[in-house]
Amino acid sequence: MIATVINKAIAQGIPLLFGSTGEIITEKSGNLNLGIPGIMYMGGSCGVIGAYLYEQAVETPQAFWCIVIPLLASLIGSTLAALIYSFLTITLRANQNVTGLALTTFGVGFGDFFGGSMTKIFADGGNLSVKTTADYFKTTLPFADNFGAFGEIFLSHGFLAYAAVIIALLASWFLNHTRAGLHLRSVGENPATADAAGINVTKYKYLATCIGGAIAGLGGLYFIMDYTGGSWTSGGFGDRGWLAIALVIFALWKPNVGILGSFVFGGLYIAYSYISGLSRSAVAIFNMLPYVVTIIVLIFTSVRSKKENQPPQSLGLPYFREER
Amino acid sequence: MQNNDKHLHEPRIQITKRGREAMPWYKAWGVRAAAIVLALIVCAVIIVFLTGYNPIRVYSEMLKGTFGSSRKIWNTLQKLAMLLCISLAVTPAFKMKFWNIGAEGQTLVGGLAAAACMIYFGETVPGIILFPLMAASCMLAGMIWGIIPAYFKAKFNTNETLFTLMMNYVAMQIVSFCIVFWENPKDSNTVGVINRMTEGGWLPTIFGQKYLLNILIVAVLTVAMYIYLRYSKQGYEISVVGESENTARYVGINVKKVILRTMALSGALCGIAGFLLVSGTDHTINTNTVGGMGFTAIMVSWLAKFNPIVMALTSFLIVFLERGAGEIATTFQLNESVSDILTGIILFFIIGSEFFVQYKINFRKGHKEEKV
Repeated sequence: MIATVINKAIAQGIPLLFGSTGEIITEKSGNLNLGIPGIMYMGGSCGVIGAYLYEQAVETPQAFWCIVIPLLASLIGSTLAALIYSFLTITLRANQNVTGLALTTFGVGFGDFFGGSMTKIFADGGNLSVKTTADYFKTTLPFADNFGAFGEIFLSHGFLAYAAVIIALLASWFLNHTRAGLHLRSVGENPATADAAGINVTKYKYLATCIGGAIAGLGGLYFIMDYTGGSWTSGGFGDRGWLAIALVIFALWKPNVGILGSFVFGGLYIAYSYISGLSRSAVAIFNMLPYVVTIIVLIFTSVRSKKENQPPQSLGLPYFREER
Repeated sequence: MQNNDKHLHEPRIQITKRGREAMPWYKAWGVRAAAIVLALIVCAVIIVFLTGYNPIRVYSEMLKGTFGSSRKIWNTLQKLAMLLCISLAVTPAFKMKFWNIGAEGQTLVGGLAAAACMIYFGETVPGIILFPLMAASCMLAGMIWGIIPAYFKAKFNTNETLFTLMMNYVAMQIVSFCIVFWENPKDSNTVGVINRMTEGGWLPTIFGQKYLLNILIVAVLTVAMYIYLRYSKQGYEISVVGESENTARYVGINVKKVILRTMALSGALCGIAGFLLVSGTDHTINTNTVGGMGFTAIMVSWLAKFNPIVMALTSFLIVFLERGAGEIATTFQLNESVSDILTGIILFFIIGSEFFVQYKINFRKGHKEEKV
């Protein structure tokens, strides 16, 4: 029973983990990308489109291409979305909040539009479903059943779930133990100083935003392929994108803390269905918890104002070398 | 030789901010209009790709969806008024560079207060007391929702963008919490139309038009906000704090007080928007009552450069896209989300065009000097 709950919590947490890891890398460069929910929609829907086109094109889809094509399509879709944001905010110095919200509007529309009417455009109608591909994404380790509860909790996930954890650990290592990571952090803290030290601020901002976007997009792909089993429902992804941004705060801008945080959030997301005798009003209160907890963390970090737990100092501010 | 080297390192394009010598207004609006035209062309290409129809026909369909009948015109005006009202609400905070993206939540709690008044007092308290009571409680609710993040911003410099964002979802869950107690009929999980028979707490219909009162209220608010920001002392303080907090402190403005006061105003206006949405439009409440307008309003306000009069135009643009795209969605049997895609594209273009208004691009004309 408990193993099932933890297993479900992890499955809920993985999209959030992808999203928050991507957003942390982005925010470390000083870009507050509020387009992450849209990017996650784009990543998911592009993956589905890729899978659908491939499944339609060949008689018997092969495992290798079933994985690679949606993966590539998803990465390309979300990177392009992040590129729009980067171009507007970094090169054209537009306001980050406004650009991010516009990107979310666009991305959510894009996702629901192509998820909802893809079949109408290319075929005879009906709901979009790519079950064959999704089954490959859901393939778990063959010996997972032999390990009882341990197997159920840790071994029974699709490969993207492990990828999420590995990417988060890699991101954490990158930010804290490499020279490029140090440069990236300095760009987010104080771009003018970084610029004076000879760091190419524009390059770091672009790369961090695009790579961050690509990682976040995988969260959408995981959700659609693994979690829902390959069928798109309009608005099915819900507010998970915003929850991912909440998780960034909860994790104090540390990807490795984000791993644990995502499972906690995932647990809070589904806890109500495992507590018997909850009234519907109590369910609403439960759904409020992740956000309330995030607000409390946000307040505490700003009240204690410990240096290492703060948001990047120039978060949300544009950088223009000539303007000082 | 040395001279040549120097030229090699000179950047080809130099970008400078147009400070004092800003672009004349007609040129600036020309750039923006050009951006919209470009965006419409890109949208047309996409529409043709999706539907295979003549884009001119599609755009005329959109016009029909917005202005096709007198009922449609009233609906368009109503939508416009609501979006404009929330945009007005976020504007003072934005002008202060307080990134309040919690208008969605602030409006929703305002609506919740209106719904509560309608349910508990709608059928017993006479209108003359009821409506002031409703307006006051909506404003108070929105104000509280706005002041909480402002307090922490003023006191501890807590990041207001993230704080207000989270408050939206807390508000939504509170609404779904209340729906459980107010649901009608039982177990439907919706509130249904409140006081359907008695119409208690419904904003009155004037001159036979049920939305006219909403529209008039918002029109008054628009003019009031314009005057407030432009000619009042408080409006001036807001723009000083927005330009530079240090300058504001230096000239003796109490920055914390201005932040709290402005967010109270912003939240209260959102509360009014919630009041108009619940009491004047829907006569019910659900988590989607505001329907993302709180976020759209931010873009509307920013696109209009925080000028309330221009905001009427920008919110019209957004509403036109939304309703027009809704029309083509039904005519061509597409998914409704097509409107979000079009809105997104047009926003991208307008956001990008601001760069060409704000900055001047100088190309290097170095060839002559190199020869010397």
